[in-house]
Amino acid sequence: MGNQPYKVRVGMGTCGIAAGASKTYDAILPILQEQGIEPIKTGCMGMCYKEPLVEVISADGKSYLYGNVGPKEAETIVREHILGNNPVKELLVLAEEEETEHAPFIEKQHRVLLEHLGRINPESIDSYLEVGGYEATKKAIGTMTPEEVIAEIEASGLRGRGGAGFPTYLKWKLTREAKGKQKYIVCNADEGDPGAFMDRSILESNPHGVLEGMIIAGYAIGATEGYIYCRAEYPLAIRNLKKAIAEATARGFMGENILGSGFNFTVQIREGAGAFVCGEETALLMSIEGKRGMPRFRPPFPAEKGLFARPTCINNVETLANIPCIIARGAEAYSTLGTENSKGTKVFALAGKIKRGGLVEVPMGLTINEIVFDIGGGISTGKAFKAVQTGGPSGGCIPAALGDTPVDYDSLKAIGAIMGSGGMLIMDEETCMVDVARFFLSFTCEESCGKCTFCRAGTRKMLEILEDITEGRGTEADIEKLEQLAHQVKAGSMCGLGQTAPNPILTTIKYFRDEYLAHVREKRCPAKQCKALIYYEIDPEKCVACGLCRRNCPVDAISGAKKTPHVIDQEKCIRCGLCVTSCKFDSIEVKSGKPETAVQ
Amino acid sequence: MRKETNLAVNPLAAVDAIVRRHNINAGATIPILQDIQNTFGFVAPEVLTRISDLTGISESELYSIVTFYAQFRLQPMGKNIISVCHGTACHLAGADKVTETIQYAAGAKPGETSEDGLFTLEKVACLGCCSLAPVVNVNDETHGRVTPDKAQALVKALRDAEQKENSGSKGESRNGQPAV
Repeated sequence: MGNQPYKVRVGMGTCGIAAGASKTYDAILPILQEQGIEPIKTGCMGMCYKEPLVEVISADGKSYLYGNVGPKEAETIVREHILGNNPVKELLVLAEEEETEHAPFIEKQHRVLLEHLGRINPESIDSYLEVGGYEATKKAIGTMTPEEVIAEIEASGLRGRGGAGFPTYLKWKLTREAKGKQKYIVCNADEGDPGAFMDRSILESNPHGVLEGMIIAGYAIGATEGYIYCRAEYPLAIRNLKKAIAEATARGFMGENILGSGFNFTVQIREGAGAFVCGEETALLMSIEGKRGMPRFRPPFPAEKGLFARPTCINNVETLANIPCIIARGAEAYSTLGTENSKGTKVFALAGKIKRGGLVEVPMGLTINEIVFDIGGGISTGKAFKAVQTGGPSGGCIPAALGDTPVDYDSLKAIGAIMGSGGMLIMDEETCMVDVARFFLSFTCEESCGKCTFCRAGTRKMLEILEDITEGRGTEADIEKLEQLAHQVKAGSMCGLGQTAPNPILTTIKYFRDEYLAHVREKRCPAKQCKALIYYEIDPEKCVACGLCRRNCPVDAISGAKKTPHVIDQEKCIRCGLCVTSCKFDSIEVKSGKPETAVQ
Repeated sequence: MRKETNLAVNPLAAVDAIVRRHNINAGATIPILQDIQNTFGFVAPEVLTRISDLTGISESELYSIVTFYAQFRLQPMGKNIISVCHGTACHLAGADKVTETIQYAAGAKPGETSEDGLFTLEKVACLGCCSLAPVVNVNDETHGRVTPDKAQALVKALRDAEQKENSGSKGESRNGQPAV
């Protein structure tokens, strides 16, 4: 048997595991071990839409990436590629010198931050050291003064990646200059935006990269203690971080007298307990202090009076993960990427109705269309591209017509949206924009901490109006009322949650007013999503009376004798859509408007 | 007022040990409560009384924290925990329909436990597997691209497993939580 020293990697991030990567790994482990090959469990490779992913690297360093690899496919790959030296072309997603339809997903990206994701084993510090890990820490602590580190970050032009885009160096400088012996660096890993998973992937797949960022930040601002505030919903990230902290401490990159420099630095992990508002920095500090996570008034800013009333610098995961890249490569190389005011790259979580969804890293300034079509491959449903939503509940919906907008802090702000932390939800024409606004408001209303009246009562009131509209009780005056309230809530709220909660409403009204009008004037949902405004009908021509929908209907609303087309009782129907998914003959149609008005 | 405790396996000793382990850290209230929930599956009122006695933090403050954060549960859960992700991607992909189907199949509304104690249905914020939307977590196992009929099948499989178990010997709780 040709015993080639192949390397095999299996993507075992949360997405990979959810798609069945553990079964894939278990299936090939014994066969590979027999060949003397130990498969490497890596993190997120970024191509979530092709999970589970398996990469085979040949002796000459050529990489072959396989997608949708279940246990069976994995065995085929081992048999034909590793034992037989013949790559399995049908399963290939990416390979050098091979044209695949998926190549543009990677080609258009510029992976700086994600360079090591999916390549290293996140549970092994040696794996990180092999790719140059902790060189940045050595360089910063060993050869630079804290002021020089801050100057380097300033020269790089790095702005906070959590959403607001505040210059990172300035946060560091202010914390460094603040009076006080004990200072803290806090990593905000409370990635609460629904639809965003950049930070989770980075933490899971390259925890040492984030730790390095914290160590260097700690050195720069003069902090000896750090906290990572991570969502409890990310158990794998927490596990890998704990392991990384233990290993980094054992190797002398953390702890006392780091690398003989006299600098001490330790990190503790705090698990978030499920409150979106804790992504707001002062609320996050309250939560670490063991209190209800309610925002505090600023000033005093955390840089002056933060955690336990000491000077504190709070940086987002992605911001910190950028630090070692900047220090190792130099600010100049870093700042050649991106635009004038938005330097570097940005990681996006591309999801929704997109063909190639996953984690992508692009230089700032790429247009929305380039991301959606060139990288993402366009709309998965084959329908028309309608809108993209950035920034989650704090962001806005950008219509397809503005697809040429460059993605950077200032351009997005100019059209009413925000960069946000990096969630990018793609919507097709089957998405109801009023429902999207209602969805985000139901989220912010639930997550409002209740401190400010405008946010607490305003989000509730706006949600009620949106519910009225989506349930067919809305009037045109409601749209004006919504706009008015939205501006008041923006102005009257203390923290980012309330100040930005109206953004989904304002942008959908601005760009999709027609849809609001169809809901209130004609009681019609053009996208056929709003339950109260749609109904299901069986096409008697197509129905073969198989009875499947009748048996599946949870409320017995479907009737029909043998061999006669079935009928839906509109009074009983709860519009769950189960009949549509169960019908094998595509005979159930969704219609909008009231049944009686439609049958004229 | 001290209420009678009804937690199994010498619960107060476990509470004491957890509090002692965290006591040295500032701001340890939330980690203590998290450990309590990990141990017992929920945070019982009598446990709050005990933590208050040990730490000096008032019971009302503890209660205010437990009710502020979505993670904490004041009631025991059903035997099977079904969490439907309602993040944006899942919402667009039809999470509402999935939840509704499960609600009918399991006999539990979101946030509630079915009368037979078999299912607790939860709507959760983003689980971060957006490319696999809609996503449903069943007893910590993640299922992607769940359609209403798939959801119905998931519940049915759990019911069938339960029936099988009942016809054999009575097993322990699947979540490994002490019976209450």
